[in-house]
Amino acid sequence: MWKTILRRFLIMIPEVIVLSILVFLLAKAMPGDPFTGSINPKADPAQIHHLMKINGLYDPWYQQYWNWVVHLFHGNLGNSYQYQEPVTRLIGGRAANTLWLALFTMILTYAFALPMGVYAGRHEGKLPDTIIRVYTYVTYCIPFFVILVIGIWIFGYVLGWFPTTGSISSDATGWLHTFGSRFYHILLPGLLGALFGTVNIVQYLRSEVIDSKHSDYVRTARSKGVPSKDIYRHHIFRNSLLPIAAFAGYSITGLLNGSIFTETVFSYPGMGLLFVNSISYRDYTVITALVLIYGILNLIGTLLSDIILSIVDPRIRIQ
Amino acid sequence: MAENFEQHSDISAADLARLTQEAQAEATPSTAKIIWSEFKADKPAMAALIIIVGFILFVMIGALFINTPKMMETNIMGYFNQPFTADFWLGADSAGRSVAKQLIVGSRNSIGIAIGLTVISSTFGICWGLISGYFNGYIDWGMQRIYDFMMMLPMTMMIIVLVTIIPHYNSVTLTFIFSIFYWEGTSRLIRSRTLAESEKDYVAASKASGTSHWKIIFREIMPNISSLIIVDCTLSFAENIGVETGLSYLGFGLPSQTPSLGTMIANANDPNNITQYWWTWLPAALEIIILCLSISYVGQVLRRAADSSQRQGSVN
Repeated sequence: MWKTILRRFLIMIPEVIVLSILVFLLAKAMPGDPFTGSINPKADPAQIHHLMKINGLYDPWYQQYWNWVVHLFHGNLGNSYQYQEPVTRLIGGRAANTLWLALFTMILTYAFALPMGVYAGRHEGKLPDTIIRVYTYVTYCIPFFVILVIGIWIFGYVLGWFPTTGSISSDATGWLHTFGSRFYHILLPGLLGALFGTVNIVQYLRSEVIDSKHSDYVRTARSKGVPSKDIYRHHIFRNSLLPIAAFAGYSITGLLNGSIFTETVFSYPGMGLLFVNSISYRDYTVITALVLIYGILNLIGTLLSDIILSIVDPRIRIQ
Repeated sequence: MAENFEQHSDISAADLARLTQEAQAEATPSTAKIIWSEFKADKPAMAALIIIVGFILFVMIGALFINTPKMMETNIMGYFNQPFTADFWLGADSAGRSVAKQLIVGSRNSIGIAIGLTVISSTFGICWGLISGYFNGYIDWGMQRIYDFMMMLPMTMMIIVLVTIIPHYNSVTLTFIFSIFYWEGTSRLIRSRTLAESEKDYVAASKASGTSHWKIIFREIMPNISSLIIVDCTLSFAENIGVETGLSYLGFGLPSQTPSLGTMIANANDPNNITQYWWTWLPAALEIIILCLSISYVGQVLRRAADSSQRQGSVN
């Protein structure tokens, strides 16, 4: 077991290194240089030349990459040109918003998907099963950003039930009020994300329940006289819980990638919106940092899921 | 041949014809026949198929009759024209441009990119999956590591970064950029099926008789998983419509002078447009929903046709 985890970890290291090189080179290829924002039009070209030289922008790329990595390990990702503040502080302020939203969406997704999956598996082939299958199929096919736009139109603008921009209202004071306001702002994006992201969990749980319906331990429980309801709730559901938990890693990755759309539609100040804004301002220290962070978060999410799955299912352990 | 045969046996020509016919009737029906009978058995699927084919033909042909640069000119007289009028069937946007015409040209562009993306990324993904699954060992291991790496990349972000780096791009470049990132799903599916398939006896027999690897992969294994490939292509086509429109919606897909379903939905980013001038974006959104649902529904039917235990239609 530990060998598998260690192997999985060792494979991760070259991936991160390749990602960082790729991200660095892409940032180099972007138009503009780091001083575009901080210099006024009257600046002397010789001065800029001097600044570029001091900062090592004429060095060969591997030298520059090495300097960048050293800075990275000191927690220094450079300055944002648009906001004129350290990238770490800028992203630190936004990351919490994105992570809260992702976490909330994930909890809601599980809250909707678990009962649906068990119910569909229990009533396999009957009407509830068909309804749930059609529901997951419809929600899966429609591109998510279209749902977000239609959702904000109906519930945000026409009905006016939810706020349409920001992460907190401007007049929120006090601990309780602040928390309430934050929660109110993530409610609609969270609900939409959860209602339209159930398909993987429902399908997996459904087939798991159908498989274990005919297994020996369920037959034993039945012959002992355990009520059908309890068999589903305690025996089958508990057995399927661990692989389902493994989906959390993948679903966090999916949610983070979707955050660009969610945050743009809801003007929610998280990392996704920061990325979109930075692209329009060519603020490439921020862009580099964000791509790297998202890549590493993806990696950790997949790693977690893989580890949990390999605990559950010895067949998929890496040889 | 038939005359030759007659000389050496006592089966009459009529019998021979009858036997041939019987043999053909009992043989496994062709894939096309199975798919057709499946559609005939499922009326909603037939409707979905007709909607898709009819709509794609309509926008492809309709877009030929529309002068795009002229259509995209600002027409101040049409400023937010109401829908359902004689000049503007679906109203006009803030620049007085007809929504209906933009919808037709935009659908043509979006569907075209989705088709291109499906063709390129599926071809690549299929080849990748076949090769990786067939050659076990180091080749597979190396290809799997590249696959893992691609899976780790934040796709949307990478596409946006690439689009900003490339100075002049059009729909063809865009399709290629998307294709770099959207072959993984197909390749994973094909690889797992190829792994199972290459352990079967016919592959071993073919290897033993000295058939080259490439011939085994593309002439023997690939035809055997062709139904899976058809299903996967259809389903990824439905997903790929969301790819281009999503990025165009964010403003990083097709340039703003080229209409796309995504740029039309981006009209909804303006709080005034989204409520007051709903006709500028809602038709495009509804169109995407209907299109994606019908295409995936057809994909589901194809999947059923590929799996003999789930078929509803009867061949004969």
